[in-house]
Amino acid sequence: MKKNKLRRNIFIISVFVFLYLPIFILVIYSFNASKMNIVFTHFTFKWYKELLSNTTLIEAFRNTIIIAVTSTVISTILGTISAVGLNKYDFKGKNFINSLIYIPIVIPEIVLGISLLSVYTLFHLELGITSIIIAHITFSIPYVITSVRSTLNALSKDIEEASYDLGANKWNTFRYVTLPLIMPGVISGATLAFTLSMDDVVISYFTAGPGSNTLPLNIYSMIKTGITPDVNALSTLMLLVVVIVLTSSAVIQSRRIQKRELLR
Amino acid sequence: MNENVLVSLKNITKKYGDKTIINNISLDIYEGEFLTLLGPSGCGKTTILRTISGLEELTKGEIYIDGVNVTNVDPTLREVNTIFQSFALFPHMTVWDNINFGLKMKKIAKEEATKRIKDAIKLVKLEGFEDRYPPQLSGGQQQRVAIARGIVMKHKVLLLDESLCSLDLKLKREMQIELKKLQKQLGMTFIYVTHDQDEALTMSDRIAIINKGKIEQLDTPKNIYRYPKTAFIADFIGESNIFNIEIKETTDKYALAKINEDNSLKILNNNYKVGDKLKILLRPETFELKKEYVRNSIKGIVKNYVYDGQITKLEVEVNKGLVLKVNINDADICSKDDTVYLRVPEEKVVIIGEQNEE
Repeated sequence: MKKNKLRRNIFIISVFVFLYLPIFILVIYSFNASKMNIVFTHFTFKWYKELLSNTTLIEAFRNTIIIAVTSTVISTILGTISAVGLNKYDFKGKNFINSLIYIPIVIPEIVLGISLLSVYTLFHLELGITSIIIAHITFSIPYVITSVRSTLNALSKDIEEASYDLGANKWNTFRYVTLPLIMPGVISGATLAFTLSMDDVVISYFTAGPGSNTLPLNIYSMIKTGITPDVNALSTLMLLVVVIVLTSSAVIQSRRIQKRELLR
Repeated sequence: MNENVLVSLKNITKKYGDKTIINNISLDIYEGEFLTLLGPSGCGKTTILRTISGLEELTKGEIYIDGVNVTNVDPTLREVNTIFQSFALFPHMTVWDNINFGLKMKKIAKEEATKRIKDAIKLVKLEGFEDRYPPQLSGGQQQRVAIARGIVMKHKVLLLDESLCSLDLKLKREMQIELKKLQKQLGMTFIYVTHDQDEALTMSDRIAIINKGKIEQLDTPKNIYRYPKTAFIADFIGESNIFNIEIKETTDKYALAKINEDNSLKILNNNYKVGDKLKILLRPETFELKKEYVRNSIKGIVKNYVYDGQITKLEVEVNKGLVLKVNINDADICSKDDTVYLRVPEEKVVIIGEQNEE
């Protein structure tokens, strides 16, 4: 038994080392005074200070946040509405649409990037922040739909019927009954959309124009000349944003559950 | 119970594609009545309830509630409320908010709403649970919230869909009595759907037996139990012995019904002719069990003997293929493999039709 336990612990530790060692090293080296990524000389905030004075990077960071927030809000709203519609109504070709939804998920990113670019060219849409936002909405919506739909499927039909029965019209039923109950799916869909948008390189690469550089694109161009400590610092900051978003989403979810179970 | 018709179903029919769920049913339900729609699962009883609440649209026919034709009225606007089988409470709202929901939707003034909610909570004995969430409540408590949420609307009709089904037996018995009390106290009309005959018999003023989308019999619980119109009902309600007989002799008052070569039974004559082949029903508790031969009795051998405290259940074999279920109070009168004589008072024999029926 004891031996088994030991073996299990070693296994778990190796998994975590494998998963998190690279990230850990990146964070450590972002505080390294030496310019080389080989030895750790002493602790410094130098690279973070440098980042703050780098206007190109700040611009790129601003763009990334604007794109992530806008595309998340729009894709969450559209995705939720689509999921509710697909769940509630039966119409001709519903199965076909259901399978169409998954195409942006399974299609190679590079293909999606090229197709979006050709569409933009066709309609003479100027490449910039708007074009990136539209592209991000395109690949985020299927994730939101999938996530919302799983909570909708778990929702009993009786509950909405009870709401109609008690005199609530369709809008009030959605607002007071359906939406609060599918909120976990909406939140996890939104979180997914946000993180996907934050770190997207390929599709942004194709749909970005002059002056609409995003952080991942910036990092990509920076490492062409070798990994410098300021890239480490920048990546650490991005990591921080994603961790904050994921944690707050998890906290919101567990609060909702706790609120219900607190008095049990 | 007064004679005002509150809910009236006029020739209602519901089809899903080719499948007929409700087949041309007409039914008047009176104000203050406890009416039960009783039938096996899939007989269409829940669908009838859903057409009254408006959650299901009719294929044909009309529905009147309190004199108003509501056939094409949205469920949101119908003045009836439903207690769902699953209770369908809103899990993200407290008990108070659940009960308040309908009042909020109808924009009832806050003072009035508060008073009504308090009354409803008191009525279903849920004081102190106002701030709980449904998942924190037991099945019985959830049931009470569902009832409170319905009655707080003060509509005249409450529809209950297999509402006690998910509760355990003891709680079910308690709730049956409470529900009946509540209904009388409020003077509301309850339309109750169940497949449980015990529930139907204990609570209802009238029972409508539904089978294959039609009403087979509509009557008081006593009459349904004593004088079932069809073999289906006799079999569905309570325990029963149903078998074939042939009329051998008739007088003005009585007829002699032959069961087999050795046994005949005297029954009341109702214009029977010699040679009529009929189906009869004998309830297990109608027999008087004797050890010695008596007139007008059936001879048989006790094949099975089960003692359960209050009554003793016997299976008496009259001949091959005819085994009668017999319930007796005196557990000591016989034992297994005894030969016994079962006397049946002629007025307890129920004729439920001719043999070629069905």
